[in-house]
Amino acid sequence: MNLPMDTETAVEVADLSVMAADSAGARRPIVDGVSFTIARGEVAALIGESGSGKTTIALSLMGFARTGCRIAATRLRVGRTDVLALKRRELAAFRGRNVCYIAQSAAAAFNPARRILPQVIEGTAIHRLMSRAAAEAKAIALFHALALPDPEGIGARFPHQVSGGQLQRLLAAMALITEPELLILDEPTTALDVTTQIEVLRAFKRVVRERGVTALYVSHDLAVVAQIADRIAVLRDGRMQEAAQTSHLIAAPEHPYTASLLAAAAPTPRAAPAAAEAPVPLLDIRGLVAGYGAVRSSGLPTVPVLHNVDLSIRQGSAFGVVGESGCGKSTLARVIAGLLPPARGSIRLEGESLAGRAAARTREQLRRIQIVFQMPDVALNPARTVARIIGRPLVFYHGLSGAALRRRTAELLELVHLPTSLAARYPGELSGGQKQRVNLARALAAEPSLVLCDEVTSALDTVIGAQILDLLAELRERLGLSYLFISHDLATVRALCDEVMVLYAGRRVESGRRDTLLRRPVHPYTELLLSSVPELRPGWLEMVPPVPAARGIAAGMGGRGCPFFPRCPHGIPDLCAREPPPLRMLAKGAEIACHRSEEDLLALQSQKSATAAMPPPASVSTCRELQCP
Amino acid sequence: MRNRVILRLIGARIGANLLLLLAISLLVFLGTELLPGNVAEIVLGQGATPAAVAALSAAMHLNQPAPLRYLLWLGGLVSGHLGHSLVNGDSVASLIASRLPNSLLLAGLTALVSVPVALALGITAAVWRGTLYDRIVNVLTVASVSVPEFLVATLAVLVFAVRLHWLPALAYLGAADSLGGLFRVFALPVMTLSFAIVAQMARMTRAALVNTLESSYVEMAVLKGARPARVVLRHALPNAIGPIANAIALSLSFLLGGIIIVETIFDYPGLARLMVDAVSTRDMPLIQACAMLFCAFYLLLVLIADIAAILSNPRLRFR
Repeated sequence: MNLPMDTETAVEVADLSVMAADSAGARRPIVDGVSFTIARGEVAALIGESGSGKTTIALSLMGFARTGCRIAATRLRVGRTDVLALKRRELAAFRGRNVCYIAQSAAAAFNPARRILPQVIEGTAIHRLMSRAAAEAKAIALFHALALPDPEGIGARFPHQVSGGQLQRLLAAMALITEPELLILDEPTTALDVTTQIEVLRAFKRVVRERGVTALYVSHDLAVVAQIADRIAVLRDGRMQEAAQTSHLIAAPEHPYTASLLAAAAPTPRAAPAAAEAPVPLLDIRGLVAGYGAVRSSGLPTVPVLHNVDLSIRQGSAFGVVGESGCGKSTLARVIAGLLPPARGSIRLEGESLAGRAAARTREQLRRIQIVFQMPDVALNPARTVARIIGRPLVFYHGLSGAALRRRTAELLELVHLPTSLAARYPGELSGGQKQRVNLARALAAEPSLVLCDEVTSALDTVIGAQILDLLAELRERLGLSYLFISHDLATVRALCDEVMVLYAGRRVESGRRDTLLRRPVHPYTELLLSSVPELRPGWLEMVPPVPAARGIAAGMGGRGCPFFPRCPHGIPDLCAREPPPLRMLAKGAEIACHRSEEDLLALQSQKSATAAMPPPASVSTCRELQCP
Repeated sequence: MRNRVILRLIGARIGANLLLLLAISLLVFLGTELLPGNVAEIVLGQGATPAAVAALSAAMHLNQPAPLRYLLWLGGLVSGHLGHSLVNGDSVASLIASRLPNSLLLAGLTALVSVPVALALGITAAVWRGTLYDRIVNVLTVASVSVPEFLVATLAVLVFAVRLHWLPALAYLGAADSLGGLFRVFALPVMTLSFAIVAQMARMTRAALVNTLESSYVEMAVLKGARPARVVLRHALPNAIGPIANAIALSLSFLLGGIIIVETIFDYPGLARLMVDAVSTRDMPLIQACAMLFCAFYLLLVLIADIAAILSNPRLRFR
């Protein structure tokens, strides 16, 4: 079972296939004849859309196949171990010792019933590597190396008591504690906000480089992979399309599929139709306060989410709302749709005041605002056919029936570029992209003026998401629709919207036209958000100025001061913590909420970019040389 | 802070259960009111004169309006005065005290036998889900849930007592003076009771555990190299305590229904037998006290399961 030591290649995979048996018992390959090697100390990446087999390949390196799958290969070697020759007991001794795994969702990978530290060091106990005290000391050293706050104390907490970005780094500590020959990172930053992603990526990269870890990085995001991988392999439908050095693959992709992935990673702005200037905005919101829980005597809900939000959507425009998770984006859509009555503030649709609850709105008002939800899988009733799903609003709002109903359903399917034969199918038989199109068709069936798009591309692969963006742009032009487009992803907002609002902790921090706002951000938070979006060039990660350490939650929370103050690099200690930031009209036409003046902020920005452009410290390469034989 | 949250949650559960018990007392009272026949007539027999019946009715407060009688009874319940049997004049408390230990012994022995067996079956079936073993356990548990216990009891008596003469058909407590005797007395009743609740518990345990076994953190534990025993005991089970405790509580409360049939069939001198006898003699105070006791026992089981679920959840213990 022990193979002769090859000092150069740490991992060797030849002709790997994984067969899955479906419910009917038929076998089909989900990975088909994949071969690659990883050199010792190298970080290799597998890139592909969901269903491309990248996670399956990574797991097969641990001799692990999900229920119903079987692994076959002419060679599957990690270090000295022939993985396929391992018996059940040997497999258990191999996993977590020779190969360790960092899963996509740390929140799900940590056992909620147990404290963090025992879980992090469990591998050393399973494989009897060191004493408990030694393992705990080592874990704490790793917590330091991964830049976790309170390294001594964090292990005593339960998983639900730390943030997602911290959990992901704790998962890395759990994987590194046994010093494995191979580290597998499976989409480790996909579930995180961009600003958190950057911190986690930076911590991962430093640890991997300093310790000379051999790693396999699995992701769908080329820009992220470009920061950390030495080599990239592109997968599609379980087959290897192309493999090359990172810089080479990004500069000169050979395979057309790679080129399409590259194109989808940096979406181009879709042309916006010229909007007719109407005297009254389509949707006008003033002083909106909303949240969850009972409304207190102060007029605020128990858990306030949105604070004094103003926005105005012009006829025919696409209005983008961006912000991190928890900033209140979805709450805003729910309030506009009438699903959540606001505590305070007014909503007007073409000058006409809208009731807070959907039940109190007229049918005509309901018809004019439609919502498309984030998760196409759960937004469609699995027990209804596509025709019934789309037909429901046609019957409800337009009273169609019989042949007219069928004709209109077919028209709507064509409008979203779906074959009319799909009408008889159930949602379970459709792909993610098709489901989102059905979702869109259902919204369009009402013939709305405003469509609320809540993260409509987030659950989709980049290429499929780009197609949905194209469709949205096309529909807007053909039907004169207006959108409220909510996303955490600046690139998609940039691609579709002509006006953008940035939300932070339920407050509007900056808003304005797309080009002025996204090309030259002024508010420190907008700047942070924009600079955190990974770029496709290798070395970008080193160029981004580090996010300042939080000033402590107490400094900005709870009080009336600026909510961004604890993370703001340009905060004015006394003023920002105490006083709510005033709204400022900028020369470029945007609005920001900040205590500093525009000239101040621009001057501070240029100072900072000057210091960040300095070359990174040289210690990285020396560390690596010391550790690699 | 966190302890106050837990205490408030548990306090709320206890309060809700007390309210529920009050509502149940009303239902029990109304239920016994609906039983046909005048108690005084039944007590005095067919030859009673109307005057004697009227006198006895007055003595028993039977002439007073129902709401007043309810309040009198409730006051008695709360202060511990359960009243006296209408039939033989003994205090209800002493009648129950003489029978309750027997029923608790039967229920306790059944729990002692059935819970470990059910957990073992449920856990192994969950771990080896999809295998032949799992399917066999599945078929057997479905089959035994579907057979009513009076049939199981009758068949057991037919086979083990009548045909094989291994075990006595009736449960005489006097014979339970040695360990062997105890076994002979309780074998059939315990077996009958266990039959249905083992199946139920095993199925619910399997379902709860399968849920956690398919979670990401269990997959993670496998990928850390943990062996199956460690995966189940350290990672999956702690997260399934809540649902499993509920499954056990629900199944054990099912014992209450089963105990009535089993005690009757095996003529076992327990609380359920006492209640059945009380119903046939219209002994209202006794029926009411027994019914309340059964309901309180049921609520207590569910309350314990609720508290176990609250305490096993670190999200509640540590905010």
